[in-house]
Amino acid sequence: MNSKTPKKGISARRREALSAYGFLVPNFLGFLAFTSIPVIVSLVMSFTHWNIFKHPVFVGIDNFRSLLWFHREHGRLVPNDPFFWQYVYNTVFLMIGIPIGMAGSLIVALMMNRKLKGIVVYRTIYFLPTVCSGVALLILWKYLYNSDIGLINSILRAVGVANPPDWLGTTFWAKPALILMGLWGGLGGYNMILYLAALQGVPSSYYEAAEIDGAGPWAKFWAVTWPMISPTTFFILIMSIIGGFQSGFMTANVMTGGGPAGSTTTIEYYLYQTAFEKFNMGYASAVAWVLFAVILVLTLATWKFGGRVVTYE
Amino acid sequence: MNRRRLLGNIAVYTVLTVGAVTMLVPFVWMALTSIKQPDEVFATGGGIRWLPEHFVWQDTVIGGRKVRAWWGNYPDAWREINLLRLYLSSFFVAAVGTFGQVLTSSMAAYAFARLRFPGRDKLFFAYLATMMIPGSVTMIPVFVIMKKLHWIDSYQALIIPGLFSAYGTFMLRQFFMGLPSELEDAAKIDGSGHIGIWLRVILPLSKPALATLTTFTFMGFWGSYMWPLVVTITEPLRTLPIGLRYFVGQHATNYTQLMAGSMMAVVPVLLLFVFNQRYFVEGIKLSGMGGK
Repeated sequence: MNSKTPKKGISARRREALSAYGFLVPNFLGFLAFTSIPVIVSLVMSFTHWNIFKHPVFVGIDNFRSLLWFHREHGRLVPNDPFFWQYVYNTVFLMIGIPIGMAGSLIVALMMNRKLKGIVVYRTIYFLPTVCSGVALLILWKYLYNSDIGLINSILRAVGVANPPDWLGTTFWAKPALILMGLWGGLGGYNMILYLAALQGVPSSYYEAAEIDGAGPWAKFWAVTWPMISPTTFFILIMSIIGGFQSGFMTANVMTGGGPAGSTTTIEYYLYQTAFEKFNMGYASAVAWVLFAVILVLTLATWKFGGRVVTYE
Repeated sequence: MNRRRLLGNIAVYTVLTVGAVTMLVPFVWMALTSIKQPDEVFATGGGIRWLPEHFVWQDTVIGGRKVRAWWGNYPDAWREINLLRLYLSSFFVAAVGTFGQVLTSSMAAYAFARLRFPGRDKLFFAYLATMMIPGSVTMIPVFVIMKKLHWIDSYQALIIPGLFSAYGTFMLRQFFMGLPSELEDAAKIDGSGHIGIWLRVILPLSKPALATLTTFTFMGFWGSYMWPLVVTITEPLRTLPIGLRYFVGQHATNYTQLMAGSMMAVVPVLLLFVFNQRYFVEGIKLSGMGGK
């Protein structure tokens, strides 16, 4: 600190700093106890074998080797943990819903952005699944997808489909069924509202200028709307990727049990099973860190790539 | 031109209506199933059986008294899952947790936004950095901490780890940064300390942001699933989602009762939303801005 500062200035500054620490203490203690220390502990744990009822044993990179490496079996490369790779595939497969859902949300937002009478009623209805999301809706969807008495197959039979699929009971249909359910739930949700806000923020003078240049609705969308809302698209995309890699626990736990044949087990559900059903804390921590690394790399890549495409005002 | 606009509006209404029906049909199906008899969930002759065939008046017990009702699935499910208990448990956890989180977040956000102290920016960056970390990384060690503290199966385990949020701190800090400093200066001249400024100037000016954070934190606690599943064992501490999950486990095929239970879990939230939906929408816009 500068010794020439008048004494009064020092004490005022010190007092400000002291009260700042006072304001920070409750939050900071929680931050230490439930975030920063656990992060370090988790990293250490990922290098151990630890069944929670015994003492942890340090095993170096053993967990990561089991999780990510391959070995030769009859001359063929086989992953050490084939389940993990299957579940990574499942997680990525389920994320097909992200771009479809974003396009759908944008289309709904474009329609809602026309100042029509009664639009609030529609907005409320479209948002209902988001508000009630949770176990109750998953129970409902499990029932809707029921192959014998579910509504979806009843409708399909009524319109002449003789043998509608057993949605959640076959490896082929289980993932598309979950994606479809996600689209129903997310179409009018947070993303749609964010798009709506972005659309309302585009100055109408831009559209007028485009009209003078003779642009039709299609040209106006691509020349004005799309670039103007690109920061929102970018924000939603990044948040969806981060969320997508960590999703699938509740659906698996309530609806499918991760099956059939592991076809709806995601990384997050695998992590839960490893940690809280098999109590294999070390291995589960390794899964968590691999998940973290994947999210980090993809977010940074999206950031770098997106930075070139996104137009900021 | 006008004609084109009209046609466009008709097209939009049509598409939106088809979408709205798709959104509503599952809810309607849930409501209709909840008043059916178990044998009525099966379709007859290839058609769809929407309505219950007949209202069967049956004896059921409500508050220790015998009542005849055709909506007996509701009291049956209510008793079966001990719904009142689940509601109280969920509400208690969500209310205390939300109050605590908004309080600690707003205090820390005030320090970050309005006060100068050594290490401020570094610490704030550390907060930001942790927002990237998946919850599953910290969940296992926090579970171990709960176990060491003998907090498994206690309200502490459900509430205390959720009292601190880097996101809440970040969002409120962004909002506080945007507030004009004139009122604050005036309060300083009047001799207010930092606690006074935080309590009587900053917080009242930040009602929209506080309402948003309160709404979403409450919804987060209310819908929270994995953590309560991990740290609760016995029935009295179960929150609503966990209670429903066990209900499914025990009545996998009894869809009439399951739907009655789901209705009772969903309808209060639904009504709350329908009457306050404007605030939700504003809140999402606000939080989206904070995240940008």
